[in-house]
Amino acid sequence: MNILETHHIVKQYAEHRALDDVSLHVPKGSIFGLLGPNGAGKTSLIRIINQITAPDSGEVILDGERLKPDHIKRIGYLPEERGLYKKMKVGEQLLYLAQLKGLTEKEAMEKLKIWFVKFDIKTWWTKQVEDLSKGMQQKVQFVATVMHEPDLIILDEPFSGFDPINANLIKDEILELRDKGKTIIFSTHRMESVEELCDHIALINRSHKVLDGPKRAIKEQFKTHTYHVEYQGTLDDLPPAFEVLTTTATDDNFQRTDIRIPPDAAVNELIRHLLDRVAVRSFGENIPSMNDIFIQAVGETTD
Amino acid sequence: MHTIFLIIKREYLVRVRKRSFVIMTILGPLLIFAFYAIIGWAAVSSIDQKKVAVVDESGRFTNQFKNDDETTYSYEKQSLSVAKKSFVKQGYDALVFIPKDVIERPKTVQIFAQKSVSLDLQNNIERAIGKEIETIKLSEAGITQKVIEDAKVNVDAQTINLSDAGEKNSNAIATTIIGYFCAFLIYISVFIYGTQVMRGVMEEKTNRIVEVIISSVKPFQLMLGKIIGVALVGLTQFLLWITLTIGLFTIGGTIMGDKVDRGRQAMQTSGAAGAMAQGPASAEVKKTQESAVTSVMRAIDTLNIPLIVACFLFYFLGGYLIYSALFGAIGAAVDNETETQQFMFPITLPIIGAIAVAQFVIRDPDGPLAFWTSIFPLTSPVVMMVRVPFGVPGWELALSMVLLILGFMGTTWLAARIYRVGILMYGKKVSYKELSKWVFYKG
Repeated sequence: MNILETHHIVKQYAEHRALDDVSLHVPKGSIFGLLGPNGAGKTSLIRIINQITAPDSGEVILDGERLKPDHIKRIGYLPEERGLYKKMKVGEQLLYLAQLKGLTEKEAMEKLKIWFVKFDIKTWWTKQVEDLSKGMQQKVQFVATVMHEPDLIILDEPFSGFDPINANLIKDEILELRDKGKTIIFSTHRMESVEELCDHIALINRSHKVLDGPKRAIKEQFKTHTYHVEYQGTLDDLPPAFEVLTTTATDDNFQRTDIRIPPDAAVNELIRHLLDRVAVRSFGENIPSMNDIFIQAVGETTD
Repeated sequence: MHTIFLIIKREYLVRVRKRSFVIMTILGPLLIFAFYAIIGWAAVSSIDQKKVAVVDESGRFTNQFKNDDETTYSYEKQSLSVAKKSFVKQGYDALVFIPKDVIERPKTVQIFAQKSVSLDLQNNIERAIGKEIETIKLSEAGITQKVIEDAKVNVDAQTINLSDAGEKNSNAIATTIIGYFCAFLIYISVFIYGTQVMRGVMEEKTNRIVEVIISSVKPFQLMLGKIIGVALVGLTQFLLWITLTIGLFTIGGTIMGDKVDRGRQAMQTSGAAGAMAQGPASAEVKKTQESAVTSVMRAIDTLNIPLIVACFLFYFLGGYLIYSALFGAIGAAVDNETETQQFMFPITLPIIGAIAVAQFVIRDPDGPLAFWTSIFPLTSPVVMMVRVPFGVPGWELALSMVLLILGFMGTTWLAARIYRVGILMYGKKVSYKELSKWVFYKG
């Protein structure tokens, strides 16, 4: 079941085509990483989903329905460029933003109370936004994004501007929201948080979608069938099917070698050969990091 | 509809709660009041009459000085040396000594006073003596007092409007002042409140909150909400100004009024005394003075005040709306205050032109220039307001109003097209070419 689908989205700005035939499927209850280099078209796509702009062609389906104005209540959006009214009090401002999302003042008040207790920011209610630190403002803005309990939460670079403690707090919130059945679309450059949080990803480069699917499947797809082994001894007479790529010495007098095996070969075969020849300390598959995949996928489409 | 109401409410409350709003709202009427109070005080204090003693050795000037608003003259039979010692004690402000041979040697007249004599008083006395000598010399030459009085004609032209309702007493000065004042008020408020809209849009853009807001509401709603919110702030301010000003003037009027009344009474008693001595001449002078004031008052009465007020509110709102949409578009197109200059100028040009044209329209309120500029929506709020007190044909007023409404819809449409693209465009210096492209962007 997909909470969000986009079908063949095209968006053209004067001479620049920001999105070209972009189709995505975001499963319900997932944390979906929307990746791509700067200027790839991520923000354009997010703005279309938020109905800030309309696509030239293609359609967006939210929970089985074509996107309509009423859907804004079901989406929470944290833009990359954060902003609040500087001269407004925190409480008043959040009440206002919640009411714009369709909550009544009373509902908004109840929900806000819970968040203020949860984030331990009760004393901020009457403070002006400009008197808060940048990190504090970010927290307020996060509350503004999720307070109306949207089914789909779109976070553009959610961790920028947070110190590690607060970043962790937000990360836990994201996971908690996912566990409650909410879907989070998560646009970022920081591959370590993608690695940690996302279960689905899509990669956009130069206005095109170049990659999408479950993170595990993508990693599978980018597997190079290479393994690494750390050992003592010499490894020189492996059968030619096993291609020795590099050998380096570790700090503590062990050798580390990367070996590529043919796609159809069994790993056990390699292990058997290794055990015959050297004293093995560790053995493992080289699984590509999201960083590697990002660089490789972007590099391929750019060339 | 609910969201636009929320936006209006926020825009309104944020501005009305500002300290600067409260200060301006209170200070405005106080300044106007202080201005009039100073003028009024100056006028009233000049009503305080100077009492002047006259020692006339020639005997020709007894009861010949005419009492007026500023001075009363009394004639003392004492000798100069006695009068010089006692005139202050007797309550006189000055002592005029006229020697026996004044007609032959006019420069021998002397004025004594404890404080230095005002130039006005000196002029008055010199003029009075000069006139009397002239009269005496003329009558010596055989021309009677009657002929001389007849020769002094006081011209005070009355302008009369010919209309269906018959002849009405009107006064061009009152009409001009009211028309120009209303027009100028509209001109100023277009700038004040238009800039507020522009600043508000720019604030949202540079704070980057706009992206959050327009993920909840349509850009058009946000823009319109802001424009209406600021309009309500303007109306509130005007209403408070009018109420406070009237309040202040009522309170101030009762205080000042006492003084004016006392001044009048003093003038009347002395005037009556003078009139008895001098016959009908001085009473005549008083009557013409009074009728100048009352004719202005009567002229204001004959003006169609409800129509003027209604037109003022309509053209204030219309003028504000037509321009504030454009101001809003500028705010959306630029990144900072300094960039606004290049767009402000061409947009405000029509209304600056209108206030300049208004001065010609006052002289010729029904000419072709007046007609066309009061029909064209970008100038009509100012120019039509100048014309309304003079009386404008109904169809012209209706045409001008309809065009203003259409003009407002036009500028709002145009502004909205620029606005929705501009608010999301950062770090780009825009040109007119760019702006015109935005207008035709889709969705």
